[in-house]
Amino acid sequence: MTTATYSPRPGSAPWPRKVLAHARMEFRLLIRNGEQLLLALVIPLGLLLLLGGTGLGNRLPLGDGAPIDDAVPRVLGLAVLSSSFTSLAIATGFERRYGVIKRLGASPLSRTGLLAGKIGAVLAVQLIQLAVLAGTGFALGWDPAGGVDAVLGVVLMVLCGTAAFGSLGLLMAGVLRAEATLAAANLLYLLLLVGGAILTPVDEYPAGLQGVVRLLPSAALANGLANATVEGVIPWAAALSLALWAVVLGYLVSRTFRWD
Amino acid sequence: MEIDNLVVRYGEKAAVNGLSLTVTGGTVASVLGPNGAGKTTTVESCEGFRRPYSGRVRVLGLDPVADHDALMPRIGVMLQEGGAWSGVRALEMLRYVATLHTHPLDIPALVERLDLGTCGRTPYRRLSGGQKQRLSFALAIVGRPEVAFLDEPTTGLDPHGRREIWQLIRDLRDDGVTVVLTTHAMDEAEQLSDQVHVVSAGKVIASGSPDELTEHHTKSLEDVYLALTAPPKRETR
Repeated sequence: MTTATYSPRPGSAPWPRKVLAHARMEFRLLIRNGEQLLLALVIPLGLLLLLGGTGLGNRLPLGDGAPIDDAVPRVLGLAVLSSSFTSLAIATGFERRYGVIKRLGASPLSRTGLLAGKIGAVLAVQLIQLAVLAGTGFALGWDPAGGVDAVLGVVLMVLCGTAAFGSLGLLMAGVLRAEATLAAANLLYLLLLVGGAILTPVDEYPAGLQGVVRLLPSAALANGLANATVEGVIPWAAALSLALWAVVLGYLVSRTFRWD
Repeated sequence: MEIDNLVVRYGEKAAVNGLSLTVTGGTVASVLGPNGAGKTTTVESCEGFRRPYSGRVRVLGLDPVADHDALMPRIGVMLQEGGAWSGVRALEMLRYVATLHTHPLDIPALVERLDLGTCGRTPYRRLSGGQKQRLSFALAIVGRPEVAFLDEPTTGLDPHGRREIWQLIRDLRDDGVTVVLTTHAMDEAEQLSDQVHVVSAGKVIASGSPDELTEHHTKSLEDVYLALTAPPKRETR
């Protein structure tokens, strides 16, 4: 017979340990999920191969440079969108449906711990996305400009883009039912891919639409990444635009997030 | 745990309407009542998920909403259903929740006690109803809480499983854990509880030990409960 003792000895683990445990759990679950992997890796990789490895990139208005040089930063933007927004929104929506958010709400993991863990898992996925897509890009002849500034620009864009789109994903998962989040997140992903200046520069849009498209966070993300790797500059204006989106959407998340 | 004149509203409807009860530390208290009586809302108010419209809730001297982060490490919550990712393995989930606490229970001993060893690597969505219940129970107590809120802990368990959970609840109480039990199983409440609170229409309509409520076991708790919560008879013409 087991002689376990149940005498109370409660206490919360240190914050970094809780965040690391949560990030590790979300990351493990994500890489086990085929649909999430499709969104995060297979679609961006397929697009990069199509745009950079076939003649398709020459026929589409990706930018003024070599197709692979224009395609890599824009596909990176799509990858950031998929991991920080679409995957995060769908996963969080179903966590709410399955009672996981409620379960964690009654645990020592605080709201900040939950959000930090989720961001940690997204950043871990993005590291893999960056490695796979950049590696494939180099194999296809990608020649980024700018050296250190380009690297800093890409890191800045990934962080600001994750903050903005992650907030949008959490907002959607907080106010919609899980099924509605699934549909809306996929729809918005497609709409931004086609109409949000992810693959096509803003200047290629009809003149009447350019003013609106330029304000979208997707345009700031993709154009910022393109500026960093094609022109070799740190895209401060795009970073500021994404940071403003992150502040507004983050505020809305703080007003709408529920543990149940 | 003290609840004083609690009112919780969902829009215009009051789910809990002036409910008061006290649970003494180191005892087992059962909250009984018909569906929609306000049991779950009351317990969720103690867990910080519901904000009172009026009244006062204190658990271990803390306000569950205002002191949420301070209270959560000190309580354990067993949800009525769900509470785990569909793809997470049973043991993986238990280890994860244990990591959030400073002095969790010994995992192998808990797994053995709750007979979770055979399903440790099974994804949550493939667990049977009984296995899900036992895992949920383990998640509620793994952090060695001072108060454990258990929502229908034996639903879906076979008679052996029920008896094992009952013994575990007694062991928790004997080791100093306060247990708040929400259940529809009258035999469970009668067997385990030091105090029983019957809730109807958002209020406590009867409280006492099983011995008091059943008038020294001259009636069954189920008969007492049915009499207390019987719907008003319709007039016949």
